[in-house]
Amino acid sequence: MRMSKWEDYAQEGKALEWPYPVRYGEERKVCADVLVLGGGIAGCWAAISAARNGAKVAILEKGATIRSGSGGSGCDHWLNTPNPCSTITAEEIVDKEMVSNGGYANGISRYIAARESYETLLEMEKMGGKIRDTEDEFKGADFRDEETKFLFAYDYENKYMFRVWGTTFKVALYNECKRMGVEIHDRVMATSLLTEGGKLGARVIGATGLHGRTGEFIIFSAKATVNCLSRHQRNWVFSTELAGNATFRPGTIVGDGHAMAWRAGAEFAQMEKTGGHGAGTGYSYPFYGTGNPFCTWVPCTMVDANGKEIPWVDREGRVLKSVSERTRPAPGQKFLGERERGYQWMAPRLPLDLGKRIRKGEFKLPLYADLPSMTDHERRAIWGLMVGEEAKTRIPIIETYAESGFDPARDLLQSYIMLRGDPLGDAFVGMVNPQERAGGEGGDAGGLLVDWDLRTSLEGLYCAGDALFAANYHYHAATTGRYAGRKAAAYASRCVETEIFREQVECEKKRVYVPAEKKEGIEWKELNASICRVMQNYCGEPKSDELLRIALIWLKELEDGAIPDTYASNPHKLMRTLEVFDILTCSQMIVHASLARKASSKFLGFVRSDYPDLDPPPWHKWITIRLQDGEVQKRELPINFWGDLKENYEKHCKA
Amino acid sequence: MIRKSVYATPNAPAPTRPVIFNPDLCIGCNACVEDCQMDVFIPNPEKGEPPIILYPDECWYGGCCVAMCPEPGAIRLNHPLMQRVRWKRKKTGEHSRV
Repeated sequence: MRMSKWEDYAQEGKALEWPYPVRYGEERKVCADVLVLGGGIAGCWAAISAARNGAKVAILEKGATIRSGSGGSGCDHWLNTPNPCSTITAEEIVDKEMVSNGGYANGISRYIAARESYETLLEMEKMGGKIRDTEDEFKGADFRDEETKFLFAYDYENKYMFRVWGTTFKVALYNECKRMGVEIHDRVMATSLLTEGGKLGARVIGATGLHGRTGEFIIFSAKATVNCLSRHQRNWVFSTELAGNATFRPGTIVGDGHAMAWRAGAEFAQMEKTGGHGAGTGYSYPFYGTGNPFCTWVPCTMVDANGKEIPWVDREGRVLKSVSERTRPAPGQKFLGERERGYQWMAPRLPLDLGKRIRKGEFKLPLYADLPSMTDHERRAIWGLMVGEEAKTRIPIIETYAESGFDPARDLLQSYIMLRGDPLGDAFVGMVNPQERAGGEGGDAGGLLVDWDLRTSLEGLYCAGDALFAANYHYHAATTGRYAGRKAAAYASRCVETEIFREQVECEKKRVYVPAEKKEGIEWKELNASICRVMQNYCGEPKSDELLRIALIWLKELEDGAIPDTYASNPHKLMRTLEVFDILTCSQMIVHASLARKASSKFLGFVRSDYPDLDPPPWHKWITIRLQDGEVQKRELPINFWGDLKENYEKHCKA
Repeated sequence: MIRKSVYATPNAPAPTRPVIFNPDLCIGCNACVEDCQMDVFIPNPEKGEPPIILYPDECWYGGCCVAMCPEPGAIRLNHPLMQRVRWKRKKTGEHSRV
C-alpha cells in the first residue's frame, strides 16, 4: 500500500517517527554584529543593508527565508514613490497619509520611505527584481511610461505608484543575503530579547530562539538587533478549520516581536487601533481572488447579475463616463491616493451607498467583475500582472483558476459584496462584524515607537516594516529595513560584545519548554480560541472601562491558569503553542492601550460607550504603553511629535 | 467495494487536502517541505515518495510549495470546498467555479 497520509500509517499500525532530531534543552550560541529578527521583506533588506555597511549579520526566521513573510510570495505595487516620471514630492505624499489617517500615521517611517523608496526600487532591480516592462508586454498602455518602461497604478497622470513584478523579489533578496555572507537561521522562532544584566528596559544584546523542528534552544548574541517581525494577528478571530485562504499575512505572523519587545520593556504606540476590514474568517475567499473593484483590481468594471454596470464615481459623487477617468484626478484635484478616505485625494470608487441601492433592488446580486469588457492592456494588467504578482496570487488564483477553466477574456468573476466573503467588499458595504475586525491583519496597526534612527525606546533595538507603529506596505518595509539595517550596523560598529546574563537565559528556557514537559493538557488552538473569545466579548465594540477590566482579568486567568496547563507533543506544536502565548501578550497590550484612550476615534476604529465622542481635539494624540517596574506605564505624545520631517530626516539619514 | 478493515481514527483536522500530489510525477525532492512557511509537511519516510501533509489545517494557501516545485504537475493547490470562487461565462451565462 502506498503510504501517503499520516492516516495510512496509523491504519497500518506504524507510528510515524518525528523526522528531525529532537534536541529539547540543547543549546547553541550564535554571535553577530547585527541580529535581524524575521527574514521577510523588511528583514532581508535590513540584513543586506547591515552587511553592506560592514556588519556580520544573522537572520532568525520562523519559516524559510527564501519565500517567507507577507511579501514572500509576491507584491503587485510599490507605492508612494517620488520618481523622475512624477512631480509628486515626498512631502505631498506624507501629507496625504497624515491627513487621510487623521494624523495617525508614522510620520518618521513614512517620510523615510517616501525619500528613499525610488533608490530602493532601483536597488531591487540591481539584485534581480523585475521592476519595469522589459518584455514590452504593455507597450502603448495608458499606464506605461514609454521611456523608462515603468508601469503605474491608480493615478496614471501622476505616476507615483508603480506596478511591479513582485514574485521576483524575495528570491532575489534571499540570494543577495547569501552572497553578502548573511547567516540565515531558518525554522527558528524568536522567543525573547536578551538585555544587559537581564534587566527590563536595559540595552538589548541579543535574543533567544527555538528551533521549530528540533526544539533546540539557540542563544543569539548581538551588538544590535533589528525587529522585523511584523505585527499581531489572531487576537479576535482564529480558526484553522475556517480561516484558510483569507489571511493576507501568513498565519504564523502573530506579533512575536511585539510580545518579546514588550516583555523587555519597549514602548508601543497605537495598540488600541482596530482595522476597517474583517480578519480572516471561514466565510472569506482568497484575497483578490474574487471579482472586485478594490486595490489590486482597480479600475475594473463591475456589473450586476443582469449585466448592468455599477457606476464608478469621483470624489464629488459624479458618475464617470469612461474607464480612463477612473485613473485620473478629478477637476481641481492634484493627485489620487490609493484607499484614502480624505476628500483631497479620494480616488474614484463605487458609490458609497451601493449597499443601500442593492437592498432597494436597483442592482441584482451577485455582482461580477467584468474583465471581458476591459481593454486588453487593462485586463492583462489586472489579471496576470496585479493579480499574479501580488502575494498569494500567482499559484492560488491565476494558476488554480486557469486549471479550472477560468478565462478572463470570457468569464465574469463573481463578487461577494453583500454576500459576505470578501474582506474588502464586506468593509465597503459596512458588513464587518465589529467583534471580528482586523487587528494587525490589515491596514496599519499598533507597533513599536521609534525615533529618527528607527531605534526603539530600548538601546540596541531597531525596528522596520510592519512592526513599526502606524506603518504598512511592501515598499515601506523594504525602505525602512534598508534604513534600519545601516543604522544598526553603525551602532554595532561602536559596540563591544556584551556578556549574556545567564539567569535571563535560564528563565526563558524554563518558560519555553513548559508545554513540552506535559503528557496532556490544553492544546494551542483551544487557547487561541479562548483569547479570541475574551477579545470579542470584552474588547470589541463598544468598549468601556468595565468591559476592558474584565478582559484583563480573564486574560490574566488564562496566563496564570491555562498557560501552565498547555501541552505540545512535538517541537512544531511547541512552536505553535509559544505563538499563542505571544498572542495573549499582544491581546493584553491591546486592552491596556484601549483603557488609556478615553475617547472614541473614527480613524482608529475605536468606539467606547463611556467616552462616545469621536476624535475630540484634546484626544488627538498618540497613546503609548510600556512595562516598567512591573507596571504598565502610559504616556501621551503630540500627534506630530517627530518635528519637521525634512529637517529631521536630513539630519539623521546617514548611517 | 466497501472496505471491511475499519480503524478507530479521530476526525482529521480540516481542510484535509490543501495540496494534492501526483505520486507519478513527484520525485520526493522535498523542496516543498523546505519552502513551506507554515511547515505543514514532513518528508515521507520512504525516499522518493511525496511528502506527508501533517498539518493540513495550518496551510494558508500561499502556494510557495507549488511555486518552488521543480517538477510541473507534481503538486497542485487544492482550495477547500468552502472557498471556491464562482464565475459565469459572459456570453452564455453558464456557471462555473474553481
